[in-house]
Amino acid sequence: MARTQPVERWETDFDVLDAGYIADPFSVWDRLRGTCPIAHTERRGSTWLPTRYEDVVALAHDVEHFSSQKIAVIPLDGDEPEEPVLAYGLPPISADPPLHTWTRRLLLPWFSHRRVEGYEGLTRTLCAGLVDSFASDGRVDAAGRYAQQIPVRVIAHVLGVPPEMADTFTGWVRDVLEFADDPERRARGGDALLDFFVAEVARRKTEPGEDLLSELLATEVDGAPMDEAIVLGTAALVLIAGVDTTWSAIGSSLWHLAGHPDDRRRLVAEPELMPLAVEELLRAYSPVTMARVVVEDTEFQGCPMHAGDKVLMNFPGANRDPAAFEDADRVVLDRALNRHVAFGSGIHRCAGSNLARMELRVALEEWLRRIPEFHLADDAEVTWAGGQVRGPRSLPVVLS
Amino acid sequence: MRIRVDPDKCQGHARCYGLAPELFDVDDYGLSTAVDGGNVPPGLEDKARLAIANCPEYAIEEL
Ligand code: HEM
Ligand code: SF4
Repeated sequence: MARTQPVERWETDFDVLDAGYIADPFSVWDRLRGTCPIAHTERRGSTWLPTRYEDVVALAHDVEHFSSQKIAVIPLDGDEPEEPVLAYGLPPISADPPLHTWTRRLLLPWFSHRRVEGYEGLTRTLCAGLVDSFASDGRVDAAGRYAQQIPVRVIAHVLGVPPEMADTFTGWVRDVLEFADDPERRARGGDALLDFFVAEVARRKTEPGEDLLSELLATEVDGAPMDEAIVLGTAALVLIAGVDTTWSAIGSSLWHLAGHPDDRRRLVAEPELMPLAVEELLRAYSPVTMARVVVEDTEFQGCPMHAGDKVLMNFPGANRDPAAFEDADRVVLDRALNRHVAFGSGIHRCAGSNLARMELRVALEEWLRRIPEFHLADDAEVTWAGGQVRGPRSLPVVLS
Repeated sequence: MRIRVDPDKCQGHARCYGLAPELFDVDDYGLSTAVDGGNVPPGLEDKARLAIANCPEYAIEEL
């Protein structure tokens, strides 16, 4: 069954869950930049879709008019419940200053580049082991058996939760992010995830460990322990934000390399290009779109935005804007001028960006080291998820 | 050549550090500063320019 009604006019009636858009959003953005750079829809509530780099960055920086208290790209029935399940939502991502400021500072040190260097060894061992498990198979689903398996295990390690639960975590996160238009599935994943963290928090009160969750519990704010709803929201956020996103970036990058033998061979021959190539792949296939809610009636670039409207933070579209990037639609592995905003812009800049970059780089390095030659089994078999996070969910490749 | 990171603009993308670790130090909260008072050693000017050109927040300036 189709998830959406067909779209006739993208300018006034866009739908980010349209199957054609999920498969190829790029041509839609290109067209909109020419006809109506900030499109609008009434589907799932009044929502705006900016497509220019300049506009997306300006919106992200204007946190007074565009609040992060509603960040879901796919709200339920056009309306999210007035009261979030957790009193403070998922700080810092769903918070505005001042709550945003201090909750973000609690997380940042866990993902500083120094800490992230410490996670590289286990990430490499994990990736190498995965490649070993299928390298001689001749054919593999690079999304399901590789990309999907990596970030969830690294995050489990940081949070101090059992890595054996990786598939369960992945299921919950997909319920919440990818199937957000299915109320039952979204609630099921969200409830399970919350119940899990409630139990983990209870356990740590008697057996604290060295992990992020234990540290959050031990943190005092103004002389009193931090509100438990904030601990739960922050822990849940780290799991939700760290899994689908990075897995999608790894999958899209492998999809690109499978279909572009010149880029693949160049990366194998010139491994020193990897850091620039990682940024370029993040730019071209940015996985994450966020939302903001308009605080009070305001006009932005001539668009009459009303209090309660949603604005999609189209970081992926900004990154394809020809006004900001030369040859925006081409992957240039050694692109030297690349102010991409795959990790956002302004105060909500992805707190896990150092970790995400490291995971993407190591995942590609370990794959290419063992499997320098591979191609798509059949482009028609590749399936994509879209909405809040875009990336391949099934990616059969032939290994040679 | 001398450079400076504007602490009010820097949001910790760490692109500068990734491209030119010799020239920047990023603290545990992501805030970047130019090392050695921003003096760029001879030979590293191109790297400094690369960092300036890739900072998504336009936080790095040449003095
Ligand atoms: C390629 C992978 C990833 C991408 C593309 C990505 C993208 C983003 C984006 C665009 C934002 C900004 C949200 C906004 O403006 O509303 C964000 C925020 C965030 N991300 Fe990521 N992310 C990735 C991986 C991760 C990982 C691995 C973590 C692990 C901890 C993480 C944790 C967070 C957190 C905590 C925030 C909220 C920051 C704040 O609101 O201050 N992300 N991410
Ligand atoms: S790239 Fe810019 S924003 Fe990022 S750490 Fe460096 S100076 Fe700060």
